Amino acid sequence: MEREQILATVNGFLVEDFEVNEASITPDANLKDTLDLDSLDYVDLVVSIESNFGFKVKPEDFQSMVTMNDFYNYISDKISEKSAA
Amino acid sequence: MNHRVVITGLGIYSCIGYNLDAVRQSLFEGKSGIILDPARKEFGYRSGLTGYVERPNLKDYLDRRARIMMPEHAEYAYMSTKEAIHEAGLTEDYFEDHEVGIIFGNDSCAKAVIDGIDKVREKKDTILVGSASVFQVLNSTINMNLSTIFKLRGINLTMSAACASGSHSIGIGYMFIKNGMQDMIICGGGQETNIYSMPNFDALSAFSIRENDPTRASRPFDRDRDGLVPSGGAATVILESLESAQRRGAPILAEVIGYGFSSNGAHISNPTVDGPARSLQMALRDAGLHAKDIGYLNAHATSTPAGDATEASAIYEVFKDAMPFVSSTKGMTGHECWMAGASEVVYSTLMMKNGFMAPNLNFENPDEESAKLKIVTETLENKFDVYLSNSFGFGGTNSSLIIKDWK
Repeated sequence: MEREQILATVNGFLVEDFEVNEASITPDANLKDTLDLDSLDYVDLVVSIESNFGFKVKPEDFQSMVTMNDFYNYISDKISEKSAA
Repeated sequence: MNHRVVITGLGIYSCIGYNLDAVRQSLFEGKSGIILDPARKEFGYRSGLTGYVERPNLKDYLDRRARIMMPEHAEYAYMSTKEAIHEAGLTEDYFEDHEVGIIFGNDSCAKAVIDGIDKVREKKDTILVGSASVFQVLNSTINMNLSTIFKLRGINLTMSAACASGSHSIGIGYMFIKNGMQDMIICGGGQETNIYSMPNFDALSAFSIRENDPTRASRPFDRDRDGLVPSGGAATVILESLESAQRRGAPILAEVIGYGFSSNGAHISNPTVDGPARSLQMALRDAGLHAKDIGYLNAHATSTPAGDATEASAIYEVFKDAMPFVSSTKGMTGHECWMAGASEVVYSTLMMKNGFMAPNLNFENPDEESAKLKIVTETLENKFDVYLSNSFGFGGTNSSLIIKDWK
């Protein structure tokens, strides 16, 4: 999957399902602040990732991500792992 | 010291209207909210009849987190409670400074449970059910959602008593205020109307199969009744101590003066005469009234052969020649189950404040038991000052409330 496509998919569900303001989603934006995340939201992010990309992640994985770019990279790495497997 | 308990706010979201004005109009016109839902037939229901209630769009009122936590009946309850709070002249900052409670009637969350479990079955991983499911599946879902949305800080309790849940919520709220433990409680009842909410009830052949004539299917006390029509929505009744209402200059609508209850101590679904009769007598004793003092009786009568007959006998046993006017609004609304006791207090209070008695829709011929009642067959522009509202549920739980006009 191309990086542009990953960005479009992630930004799409953040805007649609999480009602995040589209303008606030930039690669350098702080993930937690941008998404206004609490512990319950991490569970829903796991659900959105599974339904959009077809793989499961752990909620604790989000703890190490700081920016939106970290989030995109994480998804990108997971997709690569999946294709390599 | 006992405190007097008054009603200062009402709200309603039902199949005969989505606010107080619309519902008052429907009650006066004897308008039915019953439809035939083809999806129920396709799903396997014996009867596809149901009250039709549209889900409200809450996007304008609540953020995503608040919205996803709510199953359908919590959404209905949000709408009715929002209206009641407004009618009571309350603003949300009042709840920051005062310990206001909430006691809501609810006895199922079928769709939320089924949707959640289906997801786990499919995905074999519980996390994929999402964060909101657990808050939707608990019977206390209406309480937990409304108490967090409105930031309520008093008693927070769900009343589950089958089809008497809404009525007991008002009865228990009345007791908390009467004995001085709370000044104000938001009471009510909510009922889901989705396709998953009623198949088990339908399994008992309890529903009317008069599908060719939906608006004439629910016919409480009528000789040719063949079962109830399930329905739903939500109703809210704000109870307050008289002192609290007067202190804040609230609009006082009526006073709750009596609560009676009983358990049949018999069969799980077959009704009795003795159980409801004891509930009626207890409510009259609590109110310090005699049978002749009741101007109007809003019956539980759901349009089932056995239930209506035993209630008619219980009413006759208690009232005999001091018979009040009687109607069951379920002829219009169908049986609103967990919500019914609360919605029927809303309906009856609207009638009392507007000087009319709504008809017992579709009552055409009495049977042996209902012939002894004074049933309102057409809208009666008749003032009354005191009414009694009955609600009974599976397991033999009975509740009777007596409410007096406030002038």
